[in-house]
Amino acid sequence: MNGTARRTVAPGVRLGRASFVWRPWLLAVTLLLAGATFLVFCLSIGVGDFPIGLPQVIATIFGRGERVDEFVIMDLRMPRALAGLVVGVALGLSGAITQSIARNPLASPDVLGITGGASAVSVFLVTVSGGAAAAIADTVGLSAAALAGGLGTGLLVYLMAWRRGIEGLRLILIGISVSAVMEAITTWLLVTADIRDVARAQAWLVGSLDGRSWGEVLVALWCTLALLAVVSYLAFPLRPMHFGDQVAASLGVRYSMVRAVLLLCAVLLAGVAVSAAGPVPFVALVAPQVAMRLARHATPPLLASGLAGASLLIGADLVARTALPVSLPVGVVTAAIGGPFLVYLLVRANLRKDR
Amino acid sequence: MGTSGAARAHRRRAAGAVTLVVVLALVGTASLAVGARALSPGEVWHGLFGVPGADQRLSEITLILRTVRVPRTVLAIAAGAALGVGGALIQGFTRNPIADTGLLGVNSGASFAVVTVILLFGLSNPLQYVWFAFLGAAAAGVVVFGLSSLGRGGGSPLTLALTGQGVTVFLAAMTTAIALSDQASLNALRFWNAGSVAGVGFEVIWPVTAFIAAGLVLALTTLPAINLLNLGEDVARGLGVNTTWSRTAGIVAITVLAGAATAACGPIAFLGLMVAHVARYLTGPDYRWLVPYAGLLGAVVLLACDIVGRVVTRPGELQAGVVVALAGAPFFAALVWRGKFRKA
Repeated sequence: MNGTARRTVAPGVRLGRASFVWRPWLLAVTLLLAGATFLVFCLSIGVGDFPIGLPQVIATIFGRGERVDEFVIMDLRMPRALAGLVVGVALGLSGAITQSIARNPLASPDVLGITGGASAVSVFLVTVSGGAAAAIADTVGLSAAALAGGLGTGLLVYLMAWRRGIEGLRLILIGISVSAVMEAITTWLLVTADIRDVARAQAWLVGSLDGRSWGEVLVALWCTLALLAVVSYLAFPLRPMHFGDQVAASLGVRYSMVRAVLLLCAVLLAGVAVSAAGPVPFVALVAPQVAMRLARHATPPLLASGLAGASLLIGADLVARTALPVSLPVGVVTAAIGGPFLVYLLVRANLRKDR
Repeated sequence: MGTSGAARAHRRRAAGAVTLVVVLALVGTASLAVGARALSPGEVWHGLFGVPGADQRLSEITLILRTVRVPRTVLAIAAGAALGVGGALIQGFTRNPIADTGLLGVNSGASFAVVTVILLFGLSNPLQYVWFAFLGAAAAGVVVFGLSSLGRGGGSPLTLALTGQGVTVFLAAMTTAIALSDQASLNALRFWNAGSVAGVGFEVIWPVTAFIAAGLVLALTTLPAINLLNLGEDVARGLGVNTTWSRTAGIVAITVLAGAATAACGPIAFLGLMVAHVARYLTGPDYRWLVPYAGLLGAVVLLACDIVGRVVTRPGELQAGVVVALAGAPFFAALVWRGKFRKA
């Protein structure tokens, strides 16, 4: 009797003004995911036409490598791996926030309009040749224009859903509506376009890590770190919000403000990911659910979701580059691995309940 | 007081259903009359029921009606009703207000089957892959239902929804992989994805409609059980509902309805989700009313969108699936913003 009670009530820890619940399993899973992410990150850098051993990769990352290794790693391979890391973390985190606030496991930043808006803009630029479209594509660049389209749509959804604050279901339903409009525009553009342009547009639509430069990656990295800081600060008031607005309010959480800021962070994180890799689908949906089940947590754990997203994305990129006979964009491989893995976790959990 | 209030609500909902049937008849007539060659109601009547061959102009009208207008009108009504009922059922069974008919993998299964048979057999005519699409949709539904039912913890609404998502994600990735490596598949896929009720003959429409009719009957048998299941699994079982049977029947009905509609028209996303919410707003949470309303609304909306698609981009046509999203979504968003909807 005593034993069960001790197991169900987790002890609290207080450090100055901050307090949190001591959950060893969650901590262990988060650390494991961090280790796994670091491992695939280094593997992804080491594997290629010029293979480099894992110890050399790690040494070089920490500034003690040889000249040749340093050139290959820092100049050629690091931007791609870092892009995978940043995009994965951004998507996983964004998904965890969206699912927490919507209190719906089917929600993801895809339904907040970012993906739909970015896709519509980029497909427009790729398929409509000449005139203003070509001018925009030449001066601003495809990914910048797509980012603007995505963020614009995301903010439009956000403003449309604003009615004395942001409410989860209202935001999601309006986001689904706006995304449906954007998808319809994309579909229509694809139907009327030349088939060669369609192939180019389709390749962009699944997201890719090819040809990233240090400049792009660093911008994405700093944005993600800044947003991560804001999200970590708000992670504490987010916790009681899982029990509903009234419980949160009675515990002194200004839930309306917290929700508004967190969702804005989710929109911006997804925007960062789109700018760095294109609209990689499904990571934001799958990563929080996978992290939740690995960590045996009732709600999507924020940091673990980001790490799950990163290891999924970098791992998928590694598989796409090395193990597959044909070259496929990372978005396809991510979905092909992430979907079945989620199903496996669900089925395994259900079978265990028999015992 | 209570009884008379209930009776009044009952009468109001019955009157609403009758109104929807009348609206459907009107929109159906409009669908026969509107198009590249506009017809007057009199001409429609003659073309349908008049003696052909007597007059050159009349026989031309008869030809237009019987080969173009009637098939697409029948298909739009059948597919719209199927997607509406399917959308309402999936929201009821998963207890999730953002569930759509594509959730059980039906759309992605159909798309995957389409690109696969094009890659393997080089089919080029949409009529050739209708049944492959149906098989793909059904197979995906069976896989999702089977996997989500494993174990004692299986069968919960959450497991069903997430397993559906996982399988959908996987199939969509495979579809994209094929489409990226094979241009013929990509070309077919982009038209398939748009979702249209045009260009399908009765040789496809009759069997599809038969499947949809069977699905509708099966769906209707589950309605009382959904009401009780929404009170919670244990309550429903305590009140004598065979939860396993009614959930199985419901999932089979959703798969058949959505699969048949998707096979004939391509994936028409958003329609099921939208009309389920509108129906819930009109009828309240009683699924015995909600689901028939959703079916009628789905038929009206898809038919109306098809008519709009024929008119707006003359001489070309806009696919009904595209119009559903472009016209329906803003309207739906406005209703959401005004706080018209509650949770499933």
